[in-house]
Amino acid sequence: MRYLPQTATARATMLKAVGASGIDDLYSDIPAAAMRKEAFDLPDHQGEKEVERHMKKYANRNIAAGDVPFFLGAGAYFHHVPATVDYIIQRSEFLTAYTPYQPEIAQGTLQVIFEYQTFIAQMTGQDVANASMYDGATSMAEAALMAMRVTRRGKVCLANEIHPHYVSTLESYVEKDDISRDAPDNDTACVIVQSPDFFGKPQAYDALRKQCDEVGALLVVVITEIVSLGLLPAPEQADIVCGEAQSIGLPLSFGGPYLGFFACREKYLRQMPGRLCGMTKDADGKRGFVLTLSTREQHIRREKATSNICTNQGLCALAFTVHMSLLGEDGFKTLARLNHEAACKLADALVKVPGVKIISDTFFNEFVIELPKNARDVVDALAAQDIIAGYPLDGNRLLVCATEMTTDDDIAALCAALKEAA
Amino acid sequence: MSDLAMNDNLDDNTMIKAPAMEDGNRGLHYEENLLWEKERADRPGVDFPQPEGMKLRTGFEARGDIGLPQNSEPQTVRHFVRLSTWNYSIDHGFFPLGSCTMKHNPRLNEKVARLPGFAFAHPMQPASTVQGALAMMYELQNWLATLTGLPGVCLTPAAGAHGELAGIMTIKKAHEVKGNTHKTVILVPDSAHGTNPATAAMCGYTIRSIPTRETGRLTVEAFKEALGDGNDVAGMMVTNPNTCGLFEKDIMEIADLLHKADGYFYCDGANFNALVGKVRPGDFGVDVMHINLHKTFSTPHGGGGPGSGPICTTEELAPFMPSPIVIKDGEEFHLEEDGERETSCGRLRSFQGQFGMHVRALTYMLSHGGDGLKQVSEDAVLNANYILSQLKDDFYAPFADSPCMHECIFTERLQKENGVTTLDVAKTLIERGFHPMTVYFPLIVNGAMLIEPTETESKDSLDRFITVMKDIANEAKTNGDILHENPVSTPRRRLDEVQAAKEPILRWKDAG
Repeated sequence: MRYLPQTATARATMLKAVGASGIDDLYSDIPAAAMRKEAFDLPDHQGEKEVERHMKKYANRNIAAGDVPFFLGAGAYFHHVPATVDYIIQRSEFLTAYTPYQPEIAQGTLQVIFEYQTFIAQMTGQDVANASMYDGATSMAEAALMAMRVTRRGKVCLANEIHPHYVSTLESYVEKDDISRDAPDNDTACVIVQSPDFFGKPQAYDALRKQCDEVGALLVVVITEIVSLGLLPAPEQADIVCGEAQSIGLPLSFGGPYLGFFACREKYLRQMPGRLCGMTKDADGKRGFVLTLSTREQHIRREKATSNICTNQGLCALAFTVHMSLLGEDGFKTLARLNHEAACKLADALVKVPGVKIISDTFFNEFVIELPKNARDVVDALAAQDIIAGYPLDGNRLLVCATEMTTDDDIAALCAALKEAA
Repeated sequence: MSDLAMNDNLDDNTMIKAPAMEDGNRGLHYEENLLWEKERADRPGVDFPQPEGMKLRTGFEARGDIGLPQNSEPQTVRHFVRLSTWNYSIDHGFFPLGSCTMKHNPRLNEKVARLPGFAFAHPMQPASTVQGALAMMYELQNWLATLTGLPGVCLTPAAGAHGELAGIMTIKKAHEVKGNTHKTVILVPDSAHGTNPATAAMCGYTIRSIPTRETGRLTVEAFKEALGDGNDVAGMMVTNPNTCGLFEKDIMEIADLLHKADGYFYCDGANFNALVGKVRPGDFGVDVMHINLHKTFSTPHGGGGPGSGPICTTEELAPFMPSPIVIKDGEEFHLEEDGERETSCGRLRSFQGQFGMHVRALTYMLSHGGDGLKQVSEDAVLNANYILSQLKDDFYAPFADSPCMHECIFTERLQKENGVTTLDVAKTLIERGFHPMTVYFPLIVNGAMLIEPTETESKDSLDRFITVMKDIANEAKTNGDILHENPVSTPRRRLDEVQAAKEPILRWKDAG
């Protein structure tokens, strides 16, 4: 019970001070029928090394990216995270702070959020960004809800191949019947386009912008691989740009915690979900930062709030901001280019494997190939040989990804195994 | 001070000038400008191999200037370390923030979450390659089921409010399957967290408020009045212990009435720290609740997330929970596919959950064990009652006629006579080296000060806080005016929030 500082003496003194004869006096409001009489069927407390041993057994039963040739992306990407990032986010002052509701003693967190918002706005080519969302899928769902508030319309059009989990999430957040793959019309709140799309193909926005303008709908661009913004044009035509920023600063961690980002045009600011940090002055006129425009939020507006969202992904946004500070303009663009070149090399190698066809003509760091056999079977067969081959699509198609982590040896291993399996 | 004078012509494009670094630094206090205001390094803080210059296959020209700053590694480290020194944290000291459960965050949890087998597992790997990760989630599901007495567990929600969404969607789906289309109302006490009504509204429900202002508690009478004939009531959302730190004495009778009207009881689990290891919410009538892993089970708050808000449900509601959950099939584990469980209310996020937080929470549970968690609850409740007993003569305590649970509530009533407000008390606590309590919440208590000490504090630590609070009460009587000025020793004093909202400056922009 190393986390509990109270002594037996202190407990006894305090019980006396509150006028209780025993601890259960303090639970006297709880109906007797609800009080647990028997002990819980749980193990007793354990020391660090016993707990660590227990958890290590679980960790050791997983194949981890970095240990084997790894070509799986599909919305979560294996990138290098500089050692500095993890060192900074483990500082007590960031790790164990609360939401910055008391700005005088939270300027560190607040300035980081302000910097994070600036990075996201610059990278997405938008005016403003919020302090982060849970992840890419919820960020896209919130974008759809925001577009509905702005336009007072109820329909959402999906313009291309969007991550299937994002679509499922959207179907949970809005009425399924309100989502269509048709062209937008006068009932359409927004058109959503993913770029690169789920199959890895980068998208152009001008035609969609025009389509949206004709019917008065918003254009929402969703991005699952934020590194692509170092090479592809910024989606400046969009009204809302949202998505997943896990690639910068965060490990794969079996799906979370990740970092949803959300940026939009300034004119829609007051319909935005989530927290915002703004610049202001203190009582002495010095520059400082505060959470602001909270009249949109649940703790003020309750059932009329723009979203029920309360927490953001503060520490993940910090990791992102530290990583972006290290990368800077040149590093971010180099990282993007190295990802693209790794994918080009993968494509050039795969095209030489008999029976394998490259389906995608353009891509950033992932693309679709066709195998001579069922892709799921091939993925399972290669997993048994410690190669994570990619994400099996329907039939024989496989989505493969390369990043700056992918080595020539990894590519050779995949090609050799595919040759064998196919 | 003149060097620190601000540009008065605020408009959308004008940044407020940073204080001059050389004038702002005192002792260990350092001014720190924005990343964009620094001298630009001519190379990044990460070394990469030179790209080969292959022809682009993106279909587009490479992107032009983005306007990002550029810093070396030492510049970056110094920037963020300096910023960190402007934060208060639980590792600094007492953090009596009511309803937030700011307890110690063990570093073992951090170490374990960083084991490569956890940190570098991809969420969409074949199940055969992540059996350890799935088995870990399954064990966590079992711990939560045991502690709540609610056997259905879905780990997927990203935070408390997301758990609320998951829970209310589960209830909605259950009614949908039963054909209960007439059930369009969710009952919410007026003392609830704002997320409760916001969540119910997000799910398309109408909110009917239950008044609790008189006693700080739900009464059977008020509940019956709100319930009416119950025909239109889908469920209720109740925090128990409630946001005044009181256990709802009549909860079992209320739950019975609700169940008879075919409504479901959603429990906001924000205050589970008062009960963990002592009382199972399933035993007082809860049908579905969320658990804030970042409160009760010590995963760090991180300056505002990431949280994690798994839900636990009765057997009856389990088929309707969001997907995916972890399924054990013989000795093998797998995650549900979308649509695999037809009755599920659906997917709520990109992947299966805040897995890194699941690892930390289970590590914490194993460390404490069943016996330790019971002691957690008991110490948390004793600490809150001790503060209540020591301060109730100095600050008005509206509900001091019975014991509180893990938090106690005071108001500004006595101090207001001298013009001192709750905000002044909070800001004076900052001046005296403490994080303030939760202020002006719950909304039903005017000028509320909600204090949650958690089990992390020793008697010694509580006594220091009590002494300072008594000092503040005395100062309010004798010299109240100076309290309006606090804090004065912090790197920044009270900030102009009105200005921030009036002309929002939400990002750095180049003045040119």
